[in-house]
Amino acid sequence: MLMNRLERVADCAAIPHASRRGFLIGASAFAGGLMVGFRPMAALAQTTALNPFAGYVAIAPDGTVTVYSAHMDMGQGIYHGIATLVNEELMADWAKIRVEGGSANPAYYGNIAWGGKVQGTGGSTGMPSSFDRYRAAGAAARLMLVNAAAAEWGVPAADIRVENGALRHGDRQAGYGEFAAKAAAGAVPADVPLKTAKDWIYIGKERDVLGKFDSLAKSTGKQQYTIDVKLPGLLTAVMIHPPLFGAKVKSFDATKAKAMKGVVDVVQIPRGVAVVADNMWHAIKAREVVTVEWNDSEAEKRSSSELIASYRELAAKPGAATATNIGDVEKAFVGAAKVIEATYEFPYLAHAPLEPLNAVARIENGCVEVWGGHQMPDVYAAISAKIAGVTPDKVTLHVMKTGGGFGRRAVADGDIVSEAVAVSKALGGRPVRVQWTREDDMRAGRYRPAYVHRLKAGLDANGNVIAWQNHIVGQSILAGTPFDNGAAVDRTSVEGASKLPYAFPNMKAELTTTKVGVPVLWWRSVGSTHTAYAVEAFVDEVAEGAGKDPIAFRLALIKDHPRHVAALKLAAEKAGWGRSLPAGRFHGVAVAESFGTVVAEIAEISVENGEPKVHRVVCAVDCGIAINPDNVRAQMEGGIGFGLGAVLKSKLTLDKGRIVEGNFDDYEVLRLDEMPAVEVHIVPSEAKPSGVGEPGVPPIGPAVANAFYQATKRRIRALPFKLSQNT
Amino acid sequence: MVRFTLNGSQQDIDAEPDMPLLWAVRDIIGLTGTKFGCGQALCGACTVLIDGQPSRSCQTALNDIDGRSVTTIEGASGRVAEAVQKAWVGLDVPQCGYCQSGQVLATIALLNENKAPSDADIDNALSGNLCRCATYHRIRAAVHQAARALA
Repeated sequence: MLMNRLERVADCAAIPHASRRGFLIGASAFAGGLMVGFRPMAALAQTTALNPFAGYVAIAPDGTVTVYSAHMDMGQGIYHGIATLVNEELMADWAKIRVEGGSANPAYYGNIAWGGKVQGTGGSTGMPSSFDRYRAAGAAARLMLVNAAAAEWGVPAADIRVENGALRHGDRQAGYGEFAAKAAAGAVPADVPLKTAKDWIYIGKERDVLGKFDSLAKSTGKQQYTIDVKLPGLLTAVMIHPPLFGAKVKSFDATKAKAMKGVVDVVQIPRGVAVVADNMWHAIKAREVVTVEWNDSEAEKRSSSELIASYRELAAKPGAATATNIGDVEKAFVGAAKVIEATYEFPYLAHAPLEPLNAVARIENGCVEVWGGHQMPDVYAAISAKIAGVTPDKVTLHVMKTGGGFGRRAVADGDIVSEAVAVSKALGGRPVRVQWTREDDMRAGRYRPAYVHRLKAGLDANGNVIAWQNHIVGQSILAGTPFDNGAAVDRTSVEGASKLPYAFPNMKAELTTTKVGVPVLWWRSVGSTHTAYAVEAFVDEVAEGAGKDPIAFRLALIKDHPRHVAALKLAAEKAGWGRSLPAGRFHGVAVAESFGTVVAEIAEISVENGEPKVHRVVCAVDCGIAINPDNVRAQMEGGIGFGLGAVLKSKLTLDKGRIVEGNFDDYEVLRLDEMPAVEVHIVPSEAKPSGVGEPGVPPIGPAVANAFYQATKRRIRALPFKLSQNT
Repeated sequence: MVRFTLNGSQQDIDAEPDMPLLWAVRDIIGLTGTKFGCGQALCGACTVLIDGQPSRSCQTALNDIDGRSVTTIEGASGRVAEAVQKAWVGLDVPQCGYCQSGQVLATIALLNENKAPSDADIDNALSGNLCRCATYHRIRAAVHQAARALA
């Protein structure tokens, strides 16, 4: 065992970090302070269940419980949710629980909602992937603690009570920490019964029971992010990226920069030129005097106005691929008494997390460490290994909490991670943080793609929808990534439009995927960022065409979708739909399902200076069991604010291939004075939980657009509102 | 050499006079609670108090703070700061948390000037502090709660 441990030390494995906790445990044991149990992977494979102490929980002698999360936390609250699940069964002292990001162990952390083989955070899958896994981990850990105490005390396990991190039998009592080592070395129970819902004391409970454990650190400046990582000799690098997507460095001159104070080096890496200095200010100053010549022969040089114009033309033609084809749309249109058509346009959007992208890397003795908001750890480990010229087992990823994300940190090419490792490698492995500025973050790529939707509906003489057609034109997010399954239809382009809750007898959804050299990515709620807007705004247009109330019209068409009905009715009731509003106030509604969660939102607006002013949003959400109801509310509130800012104000513009916007003066996002009052109502449910990080976003845009129509009789068919020239 | 008061203690710093206070505080002094968000005084993540006034440290040169008193989130203390942070925790305001140092400091400055701010007062004081998670709804509630606690 000792030799084995020392060999592993020589083999990168003793790096004291969560992702190597098995080895850390060995090292800690050797030092006399056994922190947690350790069972080699080979032994794990022989058991029917995973040892929770080798990947999910660590219990220190003082009873501190560290939970290792399979999902990174960018503010969506998954650490809190996972801690809740674990402790519902573990019954430790809530005040002694903390959560860290786990990685490099797909057997433990593979995303179950994605098939379980690859670790990742996204698609609002954190809770669905964790609900059974982490309760079982907590229960198994508790049983192993009880068994260890039973053996030590010579009493039946069934007679031992557990409560708040303590084991009790008669007059005997011990904290979890006292039995953690023995528990971890014990047999893993094959059968782990879980509590039924009626016995839950944490799941579904309010903030007074279970306040977020990280709110204090985040209110006092103590929370550590990637930008705060400190290492001996840590350098800072800023990047010079190509001004056009697809351009490459031809040559660069860093003579002046290298003579400047604090500058360590200026190095070329595959994604551009890195200016490395002793601190951020020196790096920024030196970057200003580096000159780079670019080869832009392969670069994208079109403007967004050209792209949108070409998309409009494409949208008017038949689609290149068909996502949905129900009945016979063409025939139905021929017999329609009324046909309504509309085209909707969506701009490129930046994620603009408040912490601009960054990563820290160090290569020492052939061992690579990378600190960052690792949203796809296995992919990033492979990328890091390839750049550093080592095998992936030599890579340790430190998963940091991040200052926002909204999808930006799940990138198949590992952009920022690859930059950090490449720069460190170019510096002989010295520790370096690559820190993007806001302008880098805005202009270096990965955006919500621009789209055009062409919608057409046919009504019969009684106002019934007999045909519905939607043609979506835009870039594929999945194309060229490992997630691309070669299908003609990228599901992320059409989700929210290809399957509708509305009972349309004839329906067709088509997709034309465009090839543009602008790097794109999922943006909080992905396809539903545009599909929900187009569908729900157009449903409103069609309801008007049919002469019906928007909610009554929807309810009649979603009868077979009880969750949609319940959410819509709850929102309508709480918002007072149909009752008279104060003068100058108008309601608009939208309902959308994304990632298995159904959300209905009703916006109450007035019009100020020709723009909508949103005063109040009533939201009803069905996300199955609400693990942390207050976090569900927080995610709906935040999703509404995030989505509202985008539809009102945000737009990225390409001018001959260059991104025009650079900072929050021209790429505008929601500010506090524009935030409406938000009321969130959770539909009671006993179904397994679905996610809440994204589904609050999709309905807000169309709800506001529909209210704006009530106020002005203007349909907003090109986003954002502020820049719209619609009449 | 610039000499100023940082969180109640005298601080001497030997750096270029045009270096923004943000980077001096983070990279040289090593206090990381003050965050970098935009570098152009557009987002408020880098807010500190200079002689009690909320200021954007990313656009404040070291030269400009000679002899002045700077409070970062690490130095936020006293009755008002405690009430604000208690309200922030009590309402679980933070999501990612990255903007909250700035939000908390801006709120402390507001409540030092105005014991019972209206919604419009809060809009005026805090609309320069971006929160991409849009925790604005709770920030507003927490400001009112802190004001009530201090009344």
